[in-house]
Amino acid sequence: MDYHIFREFADSWFLIFLFVFFLGIVVWVFRPGSRKTYEDTSDIPFRHEDKPASSSDSGENRDRGE
Amino acid sequence: MWDYIKLIALGLVAVIAAIAAGNARDLAYQVNAVEILLAAAIAFIWVLRTMGTRQPAPQNEYFDGVVRAGVIATTFWGVVGFLVAVIIAFQLAYPSLNFEWAQGYMNFGKLRPLHTSAVIFAFGGNALIASSFYVVQRTSAARLWGGGLSWFVFWGWQLVIVLAATGYILGATQSKEYAEPEWVADWLITIVWVSYLLVFMGTIFKRKEPHIYVANWFYLSFIVTIAMLHLVNNLAVPVSMFSSKSVQVFSGVQDAMTQWWYGHNAVGFFLTAGFLGMMYYFVPKQAERPVYSYKLSIVHFWALIFLYIWAGPHHLHYTALPDWAGTLGMVFSIILWMPSWGGMINGLMTLSGAWDKLRTDPIIRMMVVSVGFYGMSTFEGPMMSIKAVNSLSHYTDWTIGHVHSGALGWNGMITFGTLYFLVPRLWARQGLYSLKLVSWHFWLATIGIVLYASSMWVAGIMQGLMWREVDSQGFLVNAFADTVAAMHPMFVVRGLGGVLYLAGGIIMAYNLWMTVARQPRVETRSVAAVPAE
Repeated sequence: MDYHIFREFADSWFLIFLFVFFLGIVVWVFRPGSRKTYEDTSDIPFRHEDKPASSSDSGENRDRGE
Repeated sequence: MWDYIKLIALGLVAVIAAIAAGNARDLAYQVNAVEILLAAAIAFIWVLRTMGTRQPAPQNEYFDGVVRAGVIATTFWGVVGFLVAVIIAFQLAYPSLNFEWAQGYMNFGKLRPLHTSAVIFAFGGNALIASSFYVVQRTSAARLWGGGLSWFVFWGWQLVIVLAATGYILGATQSKEYAEPEWVADWLITIVWVSYLLVFMGTIFKRKEPHIYVANWFYLSFIVTIAMLHLVNNLAVPVSMFSSKSVQVFSGVQDAMTQWWYGHNAVGFFLTAGFLGMMYYFVPKQAERPVYSYKLSIVHFWALIFLYIWAGPHHLHYTALPDWAGTLGMVFSIILWMPSWGGMINGLMTLSGAWDKLRTDPIIRMMVVSVGFYGMSTFEGPMMSIKAVNSLSHYTDWTIGHVHSGALGWNGMITFGTLYFLVPRLWARQGLYSLKLVSWHFWLATIGIVLYASSMWVAGIMQGLMWREVDSQGFLVNAFADTVAAMHPMFVVRGLGGVLYLAGGIIMAYNLWMTVARQPRVETRSVAAVPAE
């Protein structure tokens, strides 16, 4: 694998892969139903300020989110 | 059992360091070896004396001891870094401050990397490590993984700072901007950084929250990318195992490109992605409302990390670097406007509906100004990367002004806000000692930054224009020394800006100290922070 093959691959197929991957993320972020999930996710900093979740606790949170 | 392994390892390190100190070919190496010897010996004695008496960590509590240590280290290194900054600013304004008796040790050339490393890696690095340990625990609802490994990360990082700093003063440098430490420190950085990654990843793996909060994505990208950058840019062969000197594997323009690929991504991932991790946790916490748009934060993350990595060549316009590479760097820098401003908008709009807090809460004011400076310097940077602008701005003090509006404004202010947020919580105190002093800090720092940035704009643009001025015959009008003389007033103003910023830092240190020393304790931390809904 010399430099030129590497480079050719990087600025053709891999470039396309990265670009499509990025577009995929944007589409995925706006998928139907994402709003509810992200509302729950963005609430994470306000849940466990003082103590880690005990195993019973986290189940409750999961139910609340879904 | 585990303690015996630790003792053997520490003993071996101490013996090897002692041998290395004895055989050292240069003073910097010898001093570094002695420092490693001392660190290993102290750790050895500590492990030995606490053997069998250490309690197993309670798994139903967060591991905050190391975060507390990180907060202290951040404050300490911050004040040290700002102090060195003020000294070198006045050394530039008044060259006689490069004292004859300190030549070779305390002149500008030696102190400058000491300043940059102190503020970026000591102040910024400790802020990132401490805040990431705090945030990853809270957002994963899990205790830090790895037991004492995070203490190794903390103390290892302090040792890196001491090795690098003494190395610079005694002449060990590989002359790569922001990557000056020689191979001894570089190897230790690698070990510490891998441990850091393990602690962070381990905590994420055992998280109780199903989702990984966006702040952790930014922190993780910062840790992973810095590891990659550090390894590639520091590929070097030591000339001897007993010398601090090493020889770079790359040479010429490849070396330059690797260096600025590293250098710009140190800005992009250390000073941007890592601190954005702070923003995405501490701004919502202080504003007491979730981030404005979580969707935007995800797009922000992926756009930022996909684009930043390509922007490095804009540091090498009009050099031996091929034109196409420079153009590539410039184009990616321009596209970076979008994710940068997307992130800024996301941070600022988190306050929507709570803008009144700006009047009453100086901490949120600090954070907002910080995000504002983030937006401003990420506008200025891409503009300066345009080749036509760069032909004027490059090698002038405009660049220095740009860096400092980002570093003092964005990194500094968000860190101050974070420290003010953390200290009462970490030491279980009822609020800060004085909000009035926070206001003083805010205004001193803000006015300091304004003095700094505006004086460097004037100095830099004047310098660039003087360099390119030609007379009717086509001869250059100004000598280099003419520009230096013309910039003297601006250098003095810049130094004064630095004094204000340093004064703010000292006030913060005092305020945080008094918070821990004087404020009454919070008696019972409410366990049921989340009401059963």
